[in-house]
Amino acid sequence: MWSFIHKLGSPRWFYAISARLMPWFWVAAALLIAVGSVWGLAFAPADYQQGNSFRIIYVHVPAAFLAQSVFVGMAVAGLVFMVWKIKVADMAAAMMAPLGAAMTFIALFSGAVWGVPTWGTWWMWDARLTSMLILLFLYLGVIALRGAFASRDSGSRAASVLAMVGVINIPIIKYSVDWWYTLHQPASFSVTSRPTMPLEMWAPLLIMVLGFYCFFIAVTLMRTRSEILRRESNKRWVRDLAVEGR
Amino acid sequence: MTPKRKQKLFVILGLVSLAAIAVGLTLYALRSNINLFFSPVQIAAGEAPIERQIRAGGMVKEGTVARDPDSLDVAFTVTDYVDDLEVRYSGILPDLFREGQGVVVVGQLQPDGWLKADQVLARHDENYMPPEVAQALEEAGYSPADYQAKAAEVGERLGAEAVGESGN
Repeated sequence: MWSFIHKLGSPRWFYAISARLMPWFWVAAALLIAVGSVWGLAFAPADYQQGNSFRIIYVHVPAAFLAQSVFVGMAVAGLVFMVWKIKVADMAAAMMAPLGAAMTFIALFSGAVWGVPTWGTWWMWDARLTSMLILLFLYLGVIALRGAFASRDSGSRAASVLAMVGVINIPIIKYSVDWWYTLHQPASFSVTSRPTMPLEMWAPLLIMVLGFYCFFIAVTLMRTRSEILRRESNKRWVRDLAVEGR
Repeated sequence: MTPKRKQKLFVILGLVSLAAIAVGLTLYALRSNINLFFSPVQIAAGEAPIERQIRAGGMVKEGTVARDPDSLDVAFTVTDYVDDLEVRYSGILPDLFREGQGVVVVGQLQPDGWLKADQVLARHDENYMPPEVAQALEEAGYSPADYQAKAAEVGERLGAEAVGESGN
């Protein structure tokens, strides 16, 4: 196990191992998202109060899950980079940030679209919505900070620190609906408790969540691979690869 | 792990926990401002400012919605099952508005204790279900929203807090 993790820390090994893993995640993501969206949008029952606008949940919840998980992933990668000086972790963190920002935007946007018919407003400065907006700004800050330094190493370190400190926002997002009065309803889906809806509603949601996670892993592996080639382009093994034309 | 790396790890963990404490204390100090709305029990205890824009939240009390047949005027009572607040509103209500539904009302509290609303927002709970299930539950004598029990519990807790605070 440890030797596997050590190997992953080497760009060359990461490149080789990810080549074998990546297709599986792409296939799983495509299958899960296809099944989940058709099931959720066409076959799952409508809600007794909200009717069909309830189906936005099948995009909103997976995007919101991923928005938070990607940030935690970025912070962990930042910690690994700062403490153990593993460059692959920094490359992965750099590649995760735009996807996380996009997922945060999707969660906010789908939430606004959902809010109009159900709440009667598309935005309200309640604790859940505001902390999620802060998450979007943290993502943009991490991306901007990384590019704001002349040397790549300083940028990497600054971005890692911001990601590690910014991770404090994640429990605030998660518990905002329990700690304060909010317009947003409490969590409908979590690892620790029973779903608050019947099976025919949460099964497609679970499939969508898993599909989004597979999509995230596949995209991160793919982008980290090209980043490895870019940063290690003067290394011998990369040149050999180029010569072989693969 | 080399001593240098260990030191670095502790420095980072220390920084993050200090930042967490700072954020935690800030949120604790601002806790009443982060709440989106006042509960009727807080308004009854005089915590909400009068004739300034505030938000009040709770459940629409069963059997209190009175519509004026000639205009868009509507009056209803918002309750947290401890105290009640009378709301008067003129305008279009959201689709989810109904008796027993959670709402957030934006408006000004009047000196004689009712709230003049500019906007009514509907809350909904996390209990999604198909219409047939909701109907079956209702026929079996259950209310689809067991949120009510939770709201009552929160109301009681706040009531106890308000009593405790006025006691100090």
